[in-house]
Formats: sequence, C-alpha cells, structure tokens
Amino acid sequence: MSDLTRKTAAELAELMAAKQASSVEVTQAHLDRIGAVDGAVRAFLHVDTEGALAQAAAVDAKRAAGEELGPLAGVPLALKDVLTQEGVPTTAGSKVLEGWKPPYDSTVVKRLKAAGIVILGKTNMDEFAMGSSTENSAYGTTHNPWDLARIPGGSGGGSSAAISAYEAPLAIGTDTGGSIRQPGAFTGTVGVKPTYGGTSRYGLIALASSLDTPGPCARTTLDAALLHEAIAGWDPMDSTSINQDVPPVVAAARNGDVAGLRIGVVKELGGEGYQPGVEARFHEAVELLTKLGAEVVEVSCPHFEYALPAYYLILPSEASSNLAKFDAMRYGLRVGDDGTNSAETVMSLSREAGFGAEVKRRIMLGTHALSSGYYDAYYGQAQKVRTLIARDFAKAYEQVDVLVSPATPTTAFAIGDRINDPIAMYKNDLCTIPSNLAGNAAASFPCGLADEDGLPVGFHVMAPVMRDDLLYTVGAALESALAEQWGGVLMTKAPELEVTR
Amino acid sequence: MPSITREEVAHLARLARIELSDDELDHLAPQLDQIIALVGQVSQVAADDIPPTSHALPLTNVMRADENIPCLTPEQALSGAPASEAQRFRVPRILEED
Amino acid sequence: MTAEVLEIEDALAQYDPVMGLEVHVELNTKSKMFCGCPTEFGAPPNTQTCPVCLGLPGALPVVNARGVESAIKIGLALNCEIAEWCRFARKNYFYPDMPKNFQTSQYDEPIAFNGWTEVVVDGETFRIEIERAHMEEDTGKSTHVGGATGRIQGASHSLVDYNRAGIPLIEIVTKTIEVPPAKAAAVARAFVSQLRDLLLALEVSDVRMDQGSLRCDANVSLKPSGTSVLGTRTETKNVNSFRSVERAITYEITRQAAVLNAGGKILQETRHWHEDTGITTSGREKSDADDYRYFPEPDLVPVAPSREWVEELRATLPEAPALRRARLQTEWGFTDLEMRDVINGNALEPIVATIELGVSASAAKKWWLGELARSANEQGVELDALPVGPAQVAEVQKLVDEGTLNDKLARQVFEGLLAGEGTPAEVIEKRGLALVSDDGPLIEAIERAIAANPDVVEKVNSGKPAAAGALIGAVMKDMRGQADAAKVRELLNAKLGI
Ligand SMILES: [Zn+2]
Repeated sequence: MSDLTRKTAAELAELMAAKQASSVEVTQAHLDRIGAVDGAVRAFLHVDTEGALAQAAAVDAKRAAGEELGPLAGVPLALKDVLTQEGVPTTAGSKVLEGWKPPYDSTVVKRLKAAGIVILGKTNMDEFAMGSSTENSAYGTTHNPWDLARIPGGSGGGSSAAISAYEAPLAIGTDTGGSIRQPGAFTGTVGVKPTYGGTSRYGLIALASSLDTPGPCARTTLDAALLHEAIAGWDPMDSTSINQDVPPVVAAARNGDVAGLRIGVVKELGGEGYQPGVEARFHEAVELLTKLGAEVVEVSCPHFEYALPAYYLILPSEASSNLAKFDAMRYGLRVGDDGTNSAETVMSLSREAGFGAEVKRRIMLGTHALSSGYYDAYYGQAQKVRTLIARDFAKAYEQVDVLVSPATPTTAFAIGDRINDPIAMYKNDLCTIPSNLAGNAAASFPCGLADEDGLPVGFHVMAPVMRDDLLYTVGAALESALAEQWGGVLMTKAPELEVTR
Repeated sequence: MPSITREEVAHLARLARIELSDDELDHLAPQLDQIIALVGQVSQVAADDIPPTSHALPLTNVMRADENIPCLTPEQALSGAPASEAQRFRVPRILEED
Repeated sequence: MTAEVLEIEDALAQYDPVMGLEVHVELNTKSKMFCGCPTEFGAPPNTQTCPVCLGLPGALPVVNARGVESAIKIGLALNCEIAEWCRFARKNYFYPDMPKNFQTSQYDEPIAFNGWTEVVVDGETFRIEIERAHMEEDTGKSTHVGGATGRIQGASHSLVDYNRAGIPLIEIVTKTIEVPPAKAAAVARAFVSQLRDLLLALEVSDVRMDQGSLRCDANVSLKPSGTSVLGTRTETKNVNSFRSVERAITYEITRQAAVLNAGGKILQETRHWHEDTGITTSGREKSDADDYRYFPEPDLVPVAPSREWVEELRATLPEAPALRRARLQTEWGFTDLEMRDVINGNALEPIVATIELGVSASAAKKWWLGELARSANEQGVELDALPVGPAQVAEVQKLVDEGTLNDKLARQVFEGLLAGEGTPAEVIEKRGLALVSDDGPLIEAIERAIAANPDVVEKVNSGKPAAAGALIGAVMKDMRGQADAAKVRELLNAKLGI
C-alpha cells in the first residue's frame, strides 16, 4: 500500500469506504509518522495513542456492521490544545493548566466524534492563543516543517505544522486574529476562519470571546470544506452561535468556478512592509483568477489601518476577564499554599508562576483598558472602530463578492527573531485581523513560494458573513489552476523531513 | 512623559492578581507604554456618532427554556481541584469578607 | 470594637439619616441563570454544578428565559420602565466563591428602571422610588474552617460549595429614601416586608429569608439636621430579616452620630450586621481595588423584550398591594387604625389565609394580633416562623364557635400549641380545657352564687337586672372559667325569674 499519510482526507475516506484500508491502519500510519518526525517538528503536546486507536476501531466496527457513517469517518485529525476533550489533557499551551483533564467535551469535539473523526492528540500553540509563532507556548516552540529553524506561525502553529508534516491530514485551529490563516500561510496549507458564530465556541478556552472562531486546517481545499461541514452549525450551548444552515462549503470546494465572480483587491493591504516575494505570488494569483474569468477591481477599506490598534484593545480587555478564572482555586496550578498564605496571596503567586510574559502583558493591557476612566477612550472607542471596519466591508461587498490580500506581510520568520519585539510580532496579523473584528469569513490558501526564501505564501480571501462557500469557490479554483502549473499541490514541493525512529 | 508609570503598572498587577517581580515591572512598564502608544491610535478616529459593534450578526434574545440538564458528578466537579475536603473545594484562608 | 452609640432620639435630633436599600432576591427558577443545573436548597455540596457554573475553561453561559421573565414581572410590579434593549455586563473582581472571578450582572443597562412603590407605616403612606432592578447570578458558598464559630477571621482554610453559584438573582436598588427621620428605619423595614409579599404574590421567588433567598444591604449616611451636607456612606451587608433591617439601620444611625459627635470621620466601607449582638462591625474599606472594570458580556447577546411580551406579562400581574389592602379593609370592615395594626404587625397574609378557612375577619384579627403577635414578639421572630399557622387558628376558632371553648380557654389552647403540645384537640385533652356543657354542675354553682350573694339577689329583685352580672362572674370563677358565659346567663335568668 502507498503511504497513507500522503493521502488527502477525502482520499482516505474513499479508501476506507471501499474497505481498502481500515481506520486503525490509517490511524496507526499517522501515529507512526508522528513518532518519526514529531521529535523535530514538535507539533503535538499530547498524543492520545490509545484513545485514537480505540476510536478508529469503533469506526471500523460500525463500518463492518453496515452502519451509516459520515464522509470523514475514520480519518485522523490533530486538535488544537485550546479545545476541551473529556479526559484528555488540555493546557491551552499554558503552565497554569498543566495536567488538567476536562470533564467535558467541547462542541467541536462532540461533532468530530459524532462524525467518526479520530482525534490523534492535542497540538501546540501560543499560550492561550496569544501569539503568532508558538514561541509563547509554555511547552516549547513548534518548528516549521518547511524549514525547521523557522516558526510555523501561531497561535495554531502546532495544528498547521502537523498537517504540513503529514502527521495528520486534518487539524482544528482557532482564529482570533489570524491564528488559523497565518500558520496556514506559513506552512503552505489551507486555513479557514468561518464566519464568527458559524462554528461553536463551547469548550474553546476563551481568549477574546467576541473574536474567537474554531475552524478547519487541511492540505487541500476540499478537505478543509469537508471538515468545515462536520463541525459547523448552530449550537444552543453558545449564545453567539448563528441559527442558520451551514453555507454549502463542500459543493463550492468541488465546483470552484470563479467565472463572473467579482474580486476586490484591498488597496490598504500591501505596499510598504510587505515582502516582495509575497506580493509577487499574490499578484500572480490574482492574475490567474482573472484568467479563470473573475472580474478583479481594486477596493479601498480606509479604516483597516485602525484594525490593529482596535484589536489590541478588544482582545486584551476580554482576555483579562476571561483569564481571571485561572486563580488556583478550582483547577490548575497552585503555588504558595503553605498553610499560612491567604487565598488572595496564593492566587497572585499562582498567576505569576503560571502565566508567561505575553499573557501577563496582555492581561495588564486589558486591565488598564477597562479600568475606570479609560473604558470610553479604549474599549468603547475600539468597538466603534469595529463598526467602521464592518462598514468598510459592507461597502466593498456592494461592489464585489469577495476581497483578497496577501495572508501575511512576510513569510515565516526565524525562531527568536521577533520574540523581544511585541509590536513587530503583532504586525504579522495586519491582513487577518479586520475579518475577526467584522466577524466575516476568511481563509488562506497556498499560492506559491517567495523567491527570496523559498517559503510558502498565503492568498487571503475574505467573504461576507455566512458566505463561507465563496472562500472555497476561490480556493478551489486557485488550487486546481496552480496544481496544473506545478504538477501537484504546493505541499508536494515541501522538503522531506528527516525521519527518526 | 510615558503614558503609563511603573506605579500604575504595579497597581494594574494588583487588580489583575499577578505578583509581578521588580524585574518584570521594570520590563513591562516601557513595553506597555509602547503598546499603549500604538493602541491609542483608535482615538484618532472620529467616531462620536458611530454605534459600537460587538458581534458579526446583530443577534438578540438568545435564551433557553428553564429546564434542567444533567450535572457533573461531584467527583467530576472536584477532579481538577488542587485540594478538596468534605466534597468541597479546599482553598487557603480568605482574608477579606466578600 | 464596639463603637459608642447615641440614643436614637438624640441622634435624630441632630442628624437626618440618608438611606438607600439594595435587595437581592433569589428567583425560584428550576434551573440556574446561565446553565441547566437545578437550584434546590440544601443539596449535598457540589452536586448541582456543571462546566458553566463551575467556571471551567471553555464553558459558555446561555440565558434562562424564565429568569428574564421574572425580572420583567418584578420590574412591572415595582412600576418600572422595562428596557427595550439591554445587555449583561461582567463585574470583574477576584473572590474564591466566584467561579469565573467576574459576576455576570448588568451595569448601565438594567432591564427595569425608574419605578416606585408605596409602603404604609403607622397609617401613613410613603412613596419609595426604585432606581433599578437588574439580573445577575449568585456566588458559591464558603465554609470557614479552623476559626471560631465558622467566622472568616482566624480560619485556617475555607471550603467552597458551588451549588449556589449561578442561581438567578434580581438586585433591586432604591433611590434615596426620603421620609421623616424618625420613620426612616421603620419605612425601610416595611419596604422589605412588603417587597417580600409582592415577590410571593408574583410567584417568582420563595423569599425564604432564613435560606438567604432575600438579602438586604442598607446604605446609610447622616447629614446635620436641616442641611444638605452629604455625609460618608456605609453599606451594611446581608441584613436578613425585617426586624434586622430596622435594627441595623437604627444602629448605624446611632453609631455614625456618636462618631461624628466625637469629631470622628465615617469611613466609606462595608459593614457587617450581627444579629446576635445587634451591632454592625467594620468590614472592608472601599478602595481603588473596587475598580470592577465593567464591560458588556461578550458571551451573551442583548436582551430586547418585545413590547408584546412585556404587556402579556403585565396582564398576569396580581393586584397591586396598595389596592389589595384597600379592598380587603373594605371587605373586612376594619377601621384605618385596625388595618394599620394588621400591616405593621405583618399579619396581613396570615389573616387572609385564616379567613379563607372560614373564620370571621374580626376573629382572625383578634388571634393574629393578640396571642400570636405577642408570642412572636417575645421570641423575636416573624409571625410565619411560629409553629401555629392559619389552619390551627381556624380549628381553634371553630371550637369557639361551637361552644366547646370560650376566648379565655382558646387563649390557653394557643399557649399549648405554641409550646408544641400537639394539635388543638390534644392540648384541650391534656390541659382539660373544654367548657362544661352539662347543666347539673352549672345549676349547683349558680345556687352557690345566689346563696353567697344575697345582697346582689336583692338588687336584681328590686328592679336592677344588670346587677346579675356580678352573679355570672361568681359562677364563672367557681367553674374556673370552663363554662359558657351565655349558657350561665340563661340558666341564672331562669332561676331568678328575669
Ligand atoms: Zn451549572
């Protein structure tokens, strides 16, 4: 049998449906691959070998019994460590939660299990999803499979690296300011941020409640769409969840016809600060879409320049409150409980010991932004900027169906490069943040390698609220046209990782 | 003049219940000052008559019926507790009354 | 510790109290405000929790529709405006019994606001303005271990039960209560007492003060009489009975007056009421640590009650208490004075219940304001905490109506009932209290009375029949009260031929 780990999720599902491979075989192949390469990549914080094989065996048994199974039944997946899975360690990349085993499943996990998708383990991330490189993880940095000296992006660097290293065909990420799309761009994979409220946040350890969105990571557009469909849809446990049908993402990914589609290039997302190789691949991709029949125009979104400052007020404010629950009283790390220290002191000592530098920085910033006398100038004003950005989008969507930009200003940078410069790190997310603030759907698709460094470049598509299907239309068109040029998807150009046993 | 002083940062740390070391305070104050200068740009946007946005879709009245759903068992509830006693969460002595 | 206090009269002679109340009411919903956990009182610790109310990472709240409905009903009953659109807000502060270290509450957008209600004290009606009524959630409960009698001071550690965490609360906040200084404390008590009746009538809460389902915080400050110089305010927390409301406010007035007269300063602080000693002690001083950093709860969407819903709920409201009281007074034929005694004695609801069991209004009033009120007063409890309820009162009165008891004997039956001696029948049996209905012993007693009082008989015979009253008294005394006076009169009249 050819290497199962090189197959797409759709191919694996087909193989299993045709009973040419079992889920246990497929799962074992990926567990072996993790064993072989994860020492170098470090995508996983926890590999649930036993649990995954048991889930796989259960799917095989159901298939043998002739039960009806979902389209991804038996396919393995890597889960970002920010979503709870009952009985499986969940840390959100923080020391404060080391060893915590949640007593409940997140809605995403419930749906994955219901779909028969096999969860291999939990992937590394920046602590509480605060970061763009995984360097803020309390458990070490994940390495980019394209160049192990580089970061894989963040916060969901573990999930994107895992699929890029063929440790899993699918992964779940969460996107608050680009944490699915930016690592997708940096690892040459597909990363989709669904419409806010299109996927449930129940069981997602909150960073910024009004921005967090779980979504799919995959090596192909179709795989991402299949996973999207499996996890999306209304959840009564999440008050901000949208009670509407899931947009037809799989059909769009299969169709991929951009003829007549109106595409707007966002004027403000390019130029100064953007790597030439990134811009070159982006503009070629736009050209390609034009050739495929899309109508391309330039569009201005004048308030996008305020997205970054607004984001760095809203996120820390909500995070400072969301992270207050980590106080050493009910779960998690407790430090200094020596019988004389008060609860108040133990809380302060535990939070000091349990949180990393970036988390503390943002908690402090958020505490400041919400404190009396500052609220109106900061949080209040940032929420108004949010309205202006949403209006920019709305105005643009009067002219075009989707907006496009590079996913990131640069390609993956070297580990350690920006760790001491928070603002340089924050600027990674310039292109991705506006969609989180407005809540619309957005995705990054691989569009080539930058000439300077030979690293992947991401093509960023932004679709209106609940028009997630348009992302897949563009992604699929681009993917098949580029594959024709390259003789395969971009991932086939990735260097082979050294395999250790 | 910095927009945030070391003393203010120390006050924020108390509000946020984080026992920052002197070193961290020395470090954080100038960093926060820089970040506050960045985020302060939001005040340049004239938006007096603009309503604030909090969510993508303007949902209202999302409510559930007043019905019971199964609870965690006490064992599950206490499973992550750093300390427990008599089926309760054991916490260090509390200084201040609520 | 114990601050010197002034006599209340002296305090009020020099200062006007400025007073406001915050009342927290636990709703009687089946499930908690933001999750499906039950709300039973007294369940074993941590058996009514889930990821949401334990504040586990990842859990999210969903609003209980019945909680919102109850809030609107309370708002309407307090003549409030109901917000067309409002949001929940997070109140951020750290406390071990608060699972998320923020309380999901409402801040500048309460669901109900600008209301009023009226209370009657000593026959006088006072209007109390309601600032707001908003929705929030309760906290868990801490037990302090290792110190004296469960106090937080000196405890070695605490144990937390989160069963109560997340139970819906409505916080009702009055505006400054402006009444004559001498009435302030009594008006506050009457307000809380009447609020309880209202909540019961709305069926939104069990209002069990002993279980903490109605908790009162009293804000008190003083200003020199006749001036408008605002003083510093203290907030006395968790005053949990009607009587305590009056006592705690009175205490705070006398304490603050003493501090001010001694040239001292009132600290802006929370204070704790001690039911046993009847004093308040210093709690926590307000400081910049009280920066609650409120912001709109991003995990919940706005509540926008449609006007149709609000009107539907308005139509379900029971009669307003003031109107109901006026109606009952007319039905019962009570004078203003009598009605005032009933209200002040907190006897309205027991009397209504007793009358529903077939007892006349005057009899019901007689027992509830007489024997029973006296007993409650002596024990320092509310009427409804007595072991005697409307059913027993009706049973005793029935025996009076049938001639088995007279009022004097009935009083002794109540004594027995209050002492826990069993049912009315059992008390009568044990104490041998039934009236003598047999004519024989009565006639013998009448003959003894006639023989012993020839001068009275002489008066009756000389055309003064009213003098026979003395003979009846003598007979009753002879029978140790266990005779029906009407029967005695009838037999005596026959004997004397009048
Ligand atoms: Zn619960």
